[in-house]
Amino acid sequence: MKSYALFQKDFHSELRTRYAINSLAMFIIVAISVILFSIGNENISPGLTGGLFWVIIFFSAMSGLSRAFVSEEERGTSLTLQLIASPATVFTGKLLFNLILVFLMNIVITLLYSMLFAEFIIQNYLLFFLTFVFGNIGIAISSTLIAAIIAKAGSKGTLYPVLSFPILLPLILTSVKLTSFAIDGVPISEAFFELAIVLCYDIIMISASYMLFDFIWKD
Amino acid sequence: MIWKIFLFLLLCFVSIAGIAFPIVQSPTKWYEFPFILGLEQNAKIIFFHVPTSWLTVIAFLMSTIFSIQYLRKKNLDDDAKSYAAAQLGIIFCILATVTGSVWSKFAWGSFWSWDPRQTSIFALLLIYGAWFALRSAIESEDKRATLSAVYSIIAFLTVPFFIFIMPRIMTGLHPGSADDTNAGPIIDFKMNFSMQLIFFLSMIGFTILYFWMWNLGYKSIILKEKINRQLTRG
Repeated sequence: MKSYALFQKDFHSELRTRYAINSLAMFIIVAISVILFSIGNENISPGLTGGLFWVIIFFSAMSGLSRAFVSEEERGTSLTLQLIASPATVFTGKLLFNLILVFLMNIVITLLYSMLFAEFIIQNYLLFFLTFVFGNIGIAISSTLIAAIIAKAGSKGTLYPVLSFPILLPLILTSVKLTSFAIDGVPISEAFFELAIVLCYDIIMISASYMLFDFIWKD
Repeated sequence: MIWKIFLFLLLCFVSIAGIAFPIVQSPTKWYEFPFILGLEQNAKIIFFHVPTSWLTVIAFLMSTIFSIQYLRKKNLDDDAKSYAAAQLGIIFCILATVTGSVWSKFAWGSFWSWDPRQTSIFALLLIYGAWFALRSAIESEDKRATLSAVYSIIAFLTVPFFIFIMPRIMTGLHPGSADDTNAGPIIDFKMNFSMQLIFFLSMIGFTILYFWMWNLGYKSIILKEKINRQLTRG
């Protein structure tokens, strides 16, 4: 499958240099440290830790997910990529890569976060797991699409969070709410509406991405 | 020319009526408004705040529609129309945010309280701002039009969530939120007839004003592009 081959190409080239993985890991550690230092010895409520969790996820995603397309532009290989594969295939390959990256990144963030923040105690594990899975899929989809847009623009680094934040905002608001539900131990039957919102966001975004990627990709 | 004078008179009447007509307990004359439970004196903002918010959404919708047209036909005139609509949209968005926060100071005691509807108008401001930032970061005309068209479509997918869904399901202070018992969506024709009259006149006046400004805006952009092209060609 061509898109799987594209994913493998990105995967192997990242493993070879490990530049992106290392800087992403350092960014996660730095972000968590900054928040730990700013909180100091204060007691923060469990709901607040849920919100800060998604703040760290958002900024780590902004730091690491644009590499999928920006690296192609920087290395000069994007024209080759346009020639060898249809736009949908390219998008699927990059999306696979970003999905794996988002899940790895967020598992690391969740583990570090639960170790370092004592108040981050989850009572409803299934709800948190569902939020985690659907939320990460949504972040990966939107971030990949916006990365494709900014790869062709100037000032890529600062533009990426600016463009992504309004698109990701419904997802982040609902995920923060779901995380606070999971921390408070609310049963899934009551959180059904918010879970439906996140799932609908994923479906809407993936359909829109496939339809719009053709226009972004072709010169 | 005649309709411009008519529009001017209409907007003058609406502004004066909206501010000056008194709100009394039991209206006797045609120009008096009754009390609305929960809003009382500050109900008058409805004549200015609702039209500007509605026009923000309409402007954004028009910007997206012309973006779709551009993607289909690759005619740069559609890009100019989209840009003019977005310019007006951000102006009306700022106006809606300002009128809303002035009203919230009188109704809820603070200028900004992260009520769901305040959050969503702020998100709309961010979307507009990001769209303009994207446009200024691309040099080539065609690329700029294509990428900003794509972003406009993506951003428009989140707008129904922000404007129509989120403020109605979440509990908040703004009229029409999930826990609103008395004020409710007042547009539901629970208004007194004279209030309805002024309100609909205000909506019509602001909408005509918007379309007139948009017309002027996109035509001036197209002409400016034409002149630039002729000048650079020598």
